[in-house]
Amino acid sequence: MECLCSQVQSDLSLLEPVLTQYAETKGSLITILQHAQEIYGYLPQDVIRHIAARTGIKPAKIMGVATFYTQFRLQPVGKYLIMLCKGTACHVNGSDLIEKTITEALGIRDGETTEDGLFTLKNVACLGCCSLSPVMMINEETYGSLTPEKTRAILADLREKAKEDAQ
Amino acid sequence: MMKVVVGAGSCGIAAGAQKVYDALKVQNGDKVFTLTVTGCNGMCFLEPIVDIYDEENNLTRLVKVTAEDAERIANAVKSGDLQSVSDLVISDEDAAFLTKQTRIALRHCGVINPEELSDYEATDGYKAIRKVLFEMTPEQVIEEIKISGLAGRGGAGFPTWFKWNAARSSAGNEKYLICNADEGDPGAFMDRAVIEGDPHSLIEGMLIGAYAIGAKEAIVYVRAEYPLAIKRLENAIKQAEEKGYLGAHIFGSDFSCKMRIKAGAGAFVCGEETALIESLEGSRGMPRLKPPFPAQAGYWHKPSNINNVETFANVAWILLNGGEKFAAMGTEGSKGTKVFALTGKIRRGGLVEIPMGKTLRDVIFDIGGGIRGGKQFKAVQMGGPSGGCIPADLLDTVIDYKALGATGAIMGSGGMVVMDEDTCMVGMAKFFLDFTAKESCGKCVHCRLGTKRMLEVLTRITEGNGQAGDIELLEELCYSIKDGALCGLGQTAPNPVLTTIQYFRDEFEAHIAEKKCPAGECTALVTYEINPDKCIGCTKCAKNCPVGAITGAVKSAHTIDTSICIKCGKCAENCRFGAVEVH
Repeated sequence: MECLCSQVQSDLSLLEPVLTQYAETKGSLITILQHAQEIYGYLPQDVIRHIAARTGIKPAKIMGVATFYTQFRLQPVGKYLIMLCKGTACHVNGSDLIEKTITEALGIRDGETTEDGLFTLKNVACLGCCSLSPVMMINEETYGSLTPEKTRAILADLREKAKEDAQ
Repeated sequence: MMKVVVGAGSCGIAAGAQKVYDALKVQNGDKVFTLTVTGCNGMCFLEPIVDIYDEENNLTRLVKVTAEDAERIANAVKSGDLQSVSDLVISDEDAAFLTKQTRIALRHCGVINPEELSDYEATDGYKAIRKVLFEMTPEQVIEEIKISGLAGRGGAGFPTWFKWNAARSSAGNEKYLICNADEGDPGAFMDRAVIEGDPHSLIEGMLIGAYAIGAKEAIVYVRAEYPLAIKRLENAIKQAEEKGYLGAHIFGSDFSCKMRIKAGAGAFVCGEETALIESLEGSRGMPRLKPPFPAQAGYWHKPSNINNVETFANVAWILLNGGEKFAAMGTEGSKGTKVFALTGKIRRGGLVEIPMGKTLRDVIFDIGGGIRGGKQFKAVQMGGPSGGCIPADLLDTVIDYKALGATGAIMGSGGMVVMDEDTCMVGMAKFFLDFTAKESCGKCVHCRLGTKRMLEVLTRITEGNGQAGDIELLEELCYSIKDGALCGLGQTAPNPVLTTIQYFRDEFEAHIAEKKCPAGECTALVTYEINPDKCIGCTKCAKNCPVGAITGAVKSAHTIDTSICIKCGKCAENCRFGAVEVH
C-alpha cells in the first residue's frame, strides 16, 4: 500500500494561534492536540509533524499520546459522530441492542464511517447521563431512553437534515 | 415576583430542559416572572423539572414537563393560580426521594443558579474561605478536617487530612493542588452534577485545600466528555477572578492562588492519581511506581495533593459548621454523607446523598423505589470496574467503607447499578473485563495480558464454549493480577469477576456444564420459539425475519426453524402478542 502522508495538505496557518500560545509551555501537548483536532476534525499526519517541529517533541511521542487517548482520531470522521454510550447502566438497559440497530441501519461498526461520509459510530465508556440510559450523543446533542425505533427515527431525521443542508 | 427555575444539568437538557426553558422564555416576553436555571437536583427520573417559587419562596415542583406545557405554565404563574397545572405537580411519593436525603456535597445542586456568583454567596458561599484565611492557620484547617473524618470520595477512601498533612510537610515552596474530575467510573455522575450545579463550592473547597497544603496553583482535571461542566466551571473561575476570590492576595490576605482547568482526553486509568499527573504533564497517562507518593513528588515532581470533586464539595461546609457536626453522621469508621448515582433497573434513578450507616436496602428500595416493571432484584453493582456485585441476601449491608469492602465490592466513587433477573451475571463480569482490558494502559504485564486472558475465558463461557476448570482458571488469574499489577486499576480489575463467582457460581456452572444462560441474555445459549397458543398468525415475524427461518400460513401458528435462526431477536421485537419466547 502506498503511503498517503504526503498527499494530505492541511492549512497549517490555522494552528498558528494555538502554537503561539502553547508551544513554549511545557506539558501542553494534549491541549495542543485537542485544539488541532477541533480545527481539522482529526489529527492529520502533516499537522502532527508540524506540531513536532514547533514544540521540539518527537513525532513518535506525539503519536504515542494521540493513540493512547480515546478522544484523538487519526482519520477524518463523518458529518455526524455518533458516540454510543457503553457504560454499565446503558449496558444493563440494552445498549447492545442499540448498537445492533445502528449497525443494521447504517452498515457501520464501531470506529467505521459510512461511505457517504455522513455517519461515524464510536462506542464510548460513559457519558454520565445514566438515568436516561441507553444514551447516545451525536455532535454534542444527547439522545436518551433509546429504543430501536427511536434510534432509527433519529438517524433518518439526521439523514434528511443533511440532504436539506446539501441543497 | 414569582420565580420559575428550570433544572438544566446535562441529563435534564438531554431530556428536553433547554426546549422547556426556551419556550418559557418566549411566553415570558413581558417579564412578568423571573426565569432562571439551576443544576441537576438529582431527580433524574422526573426530568425535565420546573420549580415555581412564589413571593414567600414557597415551592411548587412540576415534573416531566414538555415544551408544549410552557404556555399553560406561564399563564398559571402569571395568574398566580397554579391549579391549572396541578397534573404536572410532583407526587408525594416521588417528592420523598429528596426529603429522605441529607445533602451536604449536593447542598446547592438544583437550588442555586450555577452561573451566578451572587446566588452562591447568598447561601453562605465564600464565607468558609474568609474564616480560614483570617482566623485559622493551615494546621488548624487540617485538624478540623481530621476531626470531621472526611475520607476521599473518589474510591479509595483515604483520610483527607492525612494527604493534606503529607503535602504540607513536604519540603519546597512550589506545591500543587489538583482536583480529580476525571469521573471515569461508568455509572457514576455525581462529580458532573456538582461541577454543573455548584461550581463555586468546588472552587472554595479547593482554595481551602490549597491554603492548607501551601499551594499557589490549583488545577482541575475534567473529563472531555463533560462539556457543560467545563463551561460552567470556566465561567465560575472567571467570576471568582474578577471579584478577587482567586488570584493574588485573596480577600486582601497574604494568600495567593490561581486556578485552571485541564481537559482530559479520555482514558479511564487517568483516575489513578499518578497516571493523572502524567496526563497533566502532556504524556500518556501511565501510572508511576509508588513511592514516592504525589505528596512528595507529584506534578513536575513537586509535592502535590489530589482529591476528588465530591471530597472538595464537603470542605467548605465542614469549615463553616465544624468537623464535629460532620463526624456526628455516619459509622465508627466512615463519617459524613456519601452521594450515590442510582441507575439501572431502578424505579426512581438519580443522585442520592445519605449519611453513612444507612443500608443498601434503604437506598435501593426506600429511596429508589425498588425494581421497575415488577421484576425481582438480583444484584447491585458498586464501585464500577474496581468493585463488585452484591446479591439480594446482603441488602442489609450498611454503607461503610469496611462493611462494603467485606462483601468483595467497594464503596468506590458511588455508582450503584441495580440489576434484575434478566441480567446475566457472567455477561456482567465479561462486560467489566472488556472495559478494563480496553482501558489497561499496558505498562505492566499482569494487567495487560491478564485481563485479556480473563476476557477470553469469559467470552467463551458466554458463547457456550466454556470448559470444565474455567472457573478455577479465572480465580487463579484473578489472584495473580491482584498481586502483580502495578496500580489500582489492575489490582482491582478482578473484583467484578471474583464477586460474581462468589455469589452467582451456579450461573457460571449453568453456562459451562448445561450450556444455558439462566437470565436468557447470552445470545449463543438461547433459543427462540413461538408459543402456538399466543400466535395469531399475523405473519409479521416471518416478514421481518432476515434469514427466512419462520414459516406458517396466515392466521395459523408460525414456527421457527432453529437450524436457520441466527437469534437476531427481530421476531420478538416485532411480535405484538408476546408469542415469541426466549429459552
